[in-house]
Amino acid sequence: MTDQFVAPAINYTGLLPLIIVLAGGLVGVMVEGFASRTARYAVQLPVAVATLVLAFVALVVLGPRNQGLTAAETIALDGPALVLQGLLLLISLIALLVMAERLGGQQADAFTQAGASTPGSAEEAFAVRHGASSTEIFPLSLLSVAGMMLFVSANDLLLLFIALEMLSLPLYILAGLARRRRLLSQEASLKYFLLGSFSSGFFLFGAVLIYGYAGSMRFGDIAAAVSGNVGMDGLLIPGILLLAVGLLFKVGAVPFHAWTPDVYQGAPTPVTGFMAAATKIAAFGAMLRVFYVAVEGVRADWQPILAAVATLTMVVGAVLSIVQTDVKRILAYSSIAHAGFVLVGLISMDQAGISSTMFYLAAYGFMTIPAFAIVGLVRSSGTEASQVGQWAGLGRRAPWTAVAFTFLMLAFTGIPLTSGFTGKFAVFSAAISQGWAWLAVVGVLASAVTAYIYFKLVVLMWRGDEDAAGDTVVVTPSLLTVFAIVAGVVVTLALGVLPSPMLDLAQSTAAFLR
Amino acid sequence: MNFPWLTTLLVLPLVGALVVALLPRASTAVRPVALGFSLASLVVGIGALTQFSTGSTEQFQLTEVYPWIPQFGVSYALGVDGISLTMILLGLILVPVCILAAWEDVPAEGRRQHTYFALMLALLATMIGVFAAIDVFLFYVFFEAMLLPVYFLIAMFGGTRRGRAATTFLLYSLAGGLIMLVAVIGVYLAGPRGTDGFLLTNLEGLDLSVAAGRWLFLGFFIAFAIKAPMWPVHTWLPLAAEQARPATSVLLIGVLDKVGTYGMIRFCLTLFPEASQWATPVVLVLALVSMVAGALLAIGQNDMLRLIAYTSVSHFGFIVMGIFVFTTVGGSGATLYMINHGFTTAGLFLVAGMLIVRHGSRDIRDYGGWQRVTPVIAGVLLFSAMSGLALPGLNSFISEFMVVVGVFENYPWLGVLGAFGVVLSALYMLLMYQRIATGPRPVLADVPDMTGREKLVVAPIIVAFLALGFFPKPVLDVLEPAVQQSLQQVGVQDSVPAVDTANAEGSGR
Repeated sequence: MTDQFVAPAINYTGLLPLIIVLAGGLVGVMVEGFASRTARYAVQLPVAVATLVLAFVALVVLGPRNQGLTAAETIALDGPALVLQGLLLLISLIALLVMAERLGGQQADAFTQAGASTPGSAEEAFAVRHGASSTEIFPLSLLSVAGMMLFVSANDLLLLFIALEMLSLPLYILAGLARRRRLLSQEASLKYFLLGSFSSGFFLFGAVLIYGYAGSMRFGDIAAAVSGNVGMDGLLIPGILLLAVGLLFKVGAVPFHAWTPDVYQGAPTPVTGFMAAATKIAAFGAMLRVFYVAVEGVRADWQPILAAVATLTMVVGAVLSIVQTDVKRILAYSSIAHAGFVLVGLISMDQAGISSTMFYLAAYGFMTIPAFAIVGLVRSSGTEASQVGQWAGLGRRAPWTAVAFTFLMLAFTGIPLTSGFTGKFAVFSAAISQGWAWLAVVGVLASAVTAYIYFKLVVLMWRGDEDAAGDTVVVTPSLLTVFAIVAGVVVTLALGVLPSPMLDLAQSTAAFLR
Repeated sequence: MNFPWLTTLLVLPLVGALVVALLPRASTAVRPVALGFSLASLVVGIGALTQFSTGSTEQFQLTEVYPWIPQFGVSYALGVDGISLTMILLGLILVPVCILAAWEDVPAEGRRQHTYFALMLALLATMIGVFAAIDVFLFYVFFEAMLLPVYFLIAMFGGTRRGRAATTFLLYSLAGGLIMLVAVIGVYLAGPRGTDGFLLTNLEGLDLSVAAGRWLFLGFFIAFAIKAPMWPVHTWLPLAAEQARPATSVLLIGVLDKVGTYGMIRFCLTLFPEASQWATPVVLVLALVSMVAGALLAIGQNDMLRLIAYTSVSHFGFIVMGIFVFTTVGGSGATLYMINHGFTTAGLFLVAGMLIVRHGSRDIRDYGGWQRVTPVIAGVLLFSAMSGLALPGLNSFISEFMVVVGVFENYPWLGVLGAFGVVLSALYMLLMYQRIATGPRPVLADVPDMTGREKLVVAPIIVAFLALGFFPKPVLDVLEPAVQQSLQQVGVQDSVPAVDTANAEGSGR
């Protein structure tokens, strides 16, 4: 310990993608302040898209050559971090395209015109009359993405916490911006915020306990303390578990899942897709690093607990999904079940565990966003028709949309030749190879249960009932959404039929810097 | 000659499905194009048969092996032995027959007809894939993929309870398939692993621990028992058969369900010989129960499609019994039975379909005296029924006889009970014929007898009945080496005397 403060060396080139996204977000905030109401959308969308594309290019070009620990070892730029950051950028890009859908101004889009106004108030009416639109979603999303990118590369508990808050706060706001049923949306937002704050509290408490144990927040120091066996397990194990609560909350693992269905249902549908896909990638990325780098040494103590959580998550997610009658809630419970499947891969604790988890996250992300995008297009008298019954006969009225959704449901189920199957195969084989065969059996049985609800949707769309469903239509989306859906479907197919390149990438990068 | 016969066989129907699906909405060529593609596939299949040599020492012929997902150890590997080749040919023959039989099933409005026939061709492709795969992972891929065309054929084109029937079918199959997935991963991890670790030839003769072998065997066997279907996991079949179109049922029960019994030979027996021995008593009892329960339930049915479905449960019991007695006669009989049952089921379902189209009812009680109204249809029904009850001179007799003889060699008491099953089959078949065709002439509006198209449908089936009944030797010549090979693999690590005699008898031929 020296008294003198030494500024840590920071590898700005390696952090450039993150900096670009942050800068893009700040530019968006400025645009929000200075551009005229009518011009904002036309400026914000290109800025946001350019930011994400530029960041991705920077990541691909500069990332591989700038690997290493930086900023006083609080940030790790290693294989998993780069892959997950790249994944986050791509997923966010197509999610953003879906969020930007304005339906040509003919129909109400997904976002309220005046998020800050009381629903039904004079202010809201004023905003509607003047044609306001919620362009703040663009900077909010970008800032959230920056938080996620930091989350997967944070190598320090305190930085991890900062990143957690950075990714969460914009999401709390985004969740409350739905156009229709605004009270439900605001309730979802508040619920997410309150429960999220609680889980952050748990996380912090855990971080403090671990600091008390290891005398440092840095993962490397914690790992050294764990392997050095300093003999204060009474601090370490509760600390790990409290930390896990905070992280498991973000992925919606049982028993920390209670917010998921309500928030998924209440939030604007494109935001739900973004939350489901990107948050999961970020949170599982952080979990991988915490469990594989920091506290790997005492895995015998926490592995059984995570296995129990994984079992509960798969079973509860699967069983509760089959009694849902709202498509968004079905997808919410399905996301819980999928979180359980990812946990199965994570628990296996070897290189295959890392690579299979990353593969599954990619697969899940690219099937979730188009699924929610399609949910946002199925409408009945101007509002989203998310009741299951309203989807009857969709196959005849909108065959292409129905084909895409059917294919995505096959991927959710894990039918071969879709990315869902490759992902499930990867995580289950990682688990079985490390002696967790019973967990894989629970997993496949849960998949079989979830198949019921996915195929219930499919059969409803294709059964050919003429009379049912009334006026449900699929509105014609702009090229933005079409691109997002097609990209998602193509990736889902590609990762199912020719998964080798992605598997190669995941396997060759599946090593954490310590 | 390295022409990729099997890949061609796989791709041709798929291309056909795509072409049919993309034909213009108002096109009248949907059905001829579909039929054309199925016939072209049959021609390619016959071409493959000419390249197949019965005297070969190779386990698989016409093999094509390329790496597919080396990270997982998966290869795109196709190849056939006698058993799989005959199953593929069965499918290739029955699909054009079914397309012809389904000619009037779906009216040509919108794109429904396109979808219907495209799904049939897609089904053909998956059938070929599942029997030709010699990589366990690839087999699993086709095993799951073939559910989808059947699912949509039932869900979109079935009867009034089609949604429920399709979902039940899918959930049963998926549950079994997913349990098998765990076993598939397990057997890979127990094997040499590596970039081609899923190749069947790399997984045979593994030195598994007893417990591991038995668990893995169970994982595979449950999936195949559901597929076959065996009592007590047969309950999806009657519902599916009742709700599906007869042509769909023919392909589902006549060909696809054979994946269950085929899988038992190909995977359960050859990969897990010790566990197969261990499970034999239970499997034989289940087979016996399937046989008797299927027959008794068939006797009690009033719905003719359900009745035929239950007869299949009974026949599958017979087939499984033939497989698990571990004698060459029993095994050859069982594999021959797999083919015969395909034709018998086709005859029964398609004739039942012709009756239902004419009278609009599946209920046997609504019929009676139809031999006076539609003598040709009634005649073909009788013929199919005779095939179903294994009348000497028709196809099923030889296979049933061989199975009973095979069973007698090792388990005489079971042979006696098995013979009892033959008696029951006579009962349900003749009762059905009696209730439908005999009796006073019913009061009906003018009902046409068999049309020219329908005669074309039944002609190949009747030819098959007679050909396989009088001269099954060519087929048996193709089947027997493959059966002996799989029995040898069971015998490799085996000390149970029953199987030693089987080997001695097998090699003495």
